[in-house]
Amino acid sequence: MRSNLGFFSDEKFRSIFFQTLVVGLFALGLFFVISTTSYNLEKRNIATGWSFLQNPAGFDISFSPFLEFKSTDTHLKVYFVGVLNTLLVSITGCIAATILGFILGIVRLSSNWLLSRLVYIYVEFSRNVPLLLQIILWYSILIQLPRVKQSLQVLDVFYISNRGLYSPRPIFESGFSYVLIAIVLALISSFLINRWAKKRQDKTGQQFPVFSSSIGLIFIVPLILFFILGSPLSFEHPELKGFNFKGGLVIRPEFIAMFLALSIYTAAFISEIVRAGIMSVSKGQREASAAIGLKQTWIMRLIIIPQALRVIVPPLTSQYLNLTKNSSLGIAVGYADLVHGFGGISLNQTGQAIECMAIVMATYLSISLTISFFMNIYNRSIQFKEK
Amino acid sequence: MNEVRKPPVATTGIIGWLRLNLFFNWTNSLITLFVIYCLYQFIPWILDWTIFSADFKYNYLGEQIANQEMCSRNLDPENGGACWAVIYVRFYQFIYGFYPKVEVWRVNIAYAMLALALLPLLYAKLPYRKYFLYFTYIFPVIAYFLLNGGLGFTEVSTNKWGGLLVTLVLGCTGIALAFPIGIMLALGRRSKLPVISMMCTLFIEFIRGVPLITLLFFGMVMLPLFLPEGIDMDGLVRVLVAVTLFQSAYMAEVIRGGLQAIPPGQYEAAKSLGMSYWRMNLLIILPQAIRISIPPIVNTSIGLFKDTTLVIIVGILDLLGIGRGTLADTNWLGLSYEIYFFVSLVFFIFTFGMSRYSLYLEKKLKTGINMGAD
Repeated sequence: MRSNLGFFSDEKFRSIFFQTLVVGLFALGLFFVISTTSYNLEKRNIATGWSFLQNPAGFDISFSPFLEFKSTDTHLKVYFVGVLNTLLVSITGCIAATILGFILGIVRLSSNWLLSRLVYIYVEFSRNVPLLLQIILWYSILIQLPRVKQSLQVLDVFYISNRGLYSPRPIFESGFSYVLIAIVLALISSFLINRWAKKRQDKTGQQFPVFSSSIGLIFIVPLILFFILGSPLSFEHPELKGFNFKGGLVIRPEFIAMFLALSIYTAAFISEIVRAGIMSVSKGQREASAAIGLKQTWIMRLIIIPQALRVIVPPLTSQYLNLTKNSSLGIAVGYADLVHGFGGISLNQTGQAIECMAIVMATYLSISLTISFFMNIYNRSIQFKEK
Repeated sequence: MNEVRKPPVATTGIIGWLRLNLFFNWTNSLITLFVIYCLYQFIPWILDWTIFSADFKYNYLGEQIANQEMCSRNLDPENGGACWAVIYVRFYQFIYGFYPKVEVWRVNIAYAMLALALLPLLYAKLPYRKYFLYFTYIFPVIAYFLLNGGLGFTEVSTNKWGGLLVTLVLGCTGIALAFPIGIMLALGRRSKLPVISMMCTLFIEFIRGVPLITLLFFGMVMLPLFLPEGIDMDGLVRVLVAVTLFQSAYMAEVIRGGLQAIPPGQYEAAKSLGMSYWRMNLLIILPQAIRISIPPIVNTSIGLFKDTTLVIIVGILDLLGIGRGTLADTNWLGLSYEIYFFVSLVFFIFTFGMSRYSLYLEKKLKTGINMGAD
């Protein structure tokens, strides 16, 4: 029927034709965009290039817990402070959301009707209200706390006010590095013990108290070392001087608001994932393990959780990715993360919109890819292995 | 002689239910009592604050409230709860933004038409659904002229839009535009042509890898640089471009999930009937794939609806933006809880409704598929 089209009905020809067409159109569009952009930039006297990164920023960043930041520092440093702040709130948020989410997911399945209903209400409210609104709400609660002079005192060392949470700052003296080394060594050795114990149990059936020995290694050994070295750690307490506290460690309300909102919002999603994961393990598994006389806690730890994790981990990964991306909302409360510090203030000051946005997007892409990469490795390690 | 057995403890009825669900053993009972105690402390307080000692229009002296100083709780901290008068006074702005009052009937008609346009999408058994669907297709055009002006209506520029109007325009347009783009991207990603599949994959993964806020900045800051002079894009349109790109990538992944669930036999059968690629997809594959991906589509749409609040960061006044604007007004300073509570409630009603609807669809779909299998 289509003999008059001849070569056009050839699948190979068509595939090459369409792909060339698409590539051509794409190149044309790209050329158009680049030429208009360079024209626009020229007209607005914006010089392209990366040299602006070395210019002094000229503004202060109120929250930079890891790097000392002065207004004479460069935009490049603004970027690093931003990345660190983004990572800080993402990592702490992920940890808190995971813990809270697992607890809530298990409580939601509790046989106590009232408790599970309460968690249900929490989940529905926190999932169905925009995260940005929650961040702003937490922030507005935190800045309505009492002023510095009337700050609330907790345990005599923490001070809570509308300027944030002031806590003692640990000062590490010489010798503390040995304690850190001991902790790292203990972590590695308990990991090795765990592997060895598993192998031995597979071979001989004998069990080894991995948990208690690991606890002993990780906590007690460094603690003993700590005291042998003469407690090389002291605390600098915050003191009220004038209108503000001097010294100590300050956690700004912007960070607390971000941390609370992100972890509470994400925990609601995680709890639903955990619930679905646990419910996906068939009832027979629980009955069978009860029938062979396993203790209730062991049933959960050895039978239910490992199987549930297979269902839980893939959606959990996307929740971690979401949380990291959502941490960019810090701009609404002035948390100096990547988007607010570098993509916001630096961009406005230098006018280098394309470069700044490209760097910010590339950074988020690499963070996302890194999280996916590690979670995929973890996912592979817990998936069902056919022998 | 025979031992008399006690009758079994009630396992049915209210008492049985209570025993089983609240007082199963002593830890359970302790938890129940503790929760009841907490609720007993909390519920009366919250009810009192939100309803019983709250001001709705008048304060406790009987005066109509015009600013925050007249709220009962600011006149007498002992004697007042929430001051909902701020919502009452600013209600127009929350719903319509700064839309001119003489033209507001147009927005009202658009709201009513939106409900009418959604009806055939939400309710499959609607009588004369076909004709309603025609209306749904032409609704965006009508809404555009009605809200924006033209065709004899006076023009109302988009910087006068605000509040719920902007939230709904962004949400609905974003979802409606992202749907066809998402389908194309999903088909493209599964395409056998390597260049097309690679380009679609790159686009989807790029958009999904960056936060929406960077895309909004992209739309606000970079889009004007990319376009030739003279094309001056409206702020709302720029934001809409960003939101649509964002949503279409997520939509594409959801639809791809649906496409993957279609058994290969369907493709083979369609091809053996001599169908072309487009006929096969339009008539055989997509109707089935979209049907199974409707619940996740609704779920991503809920996500988008919540994410529309991000536009306040680039200066568009949606519902939350109007709320923040009201708080910045010295007349209503310090009423943040009332305003955020109200905005949350509006969002909650929409998103909770959508999530219930998605659950209902999932249930319906499951029974539908099972019936097919039987």
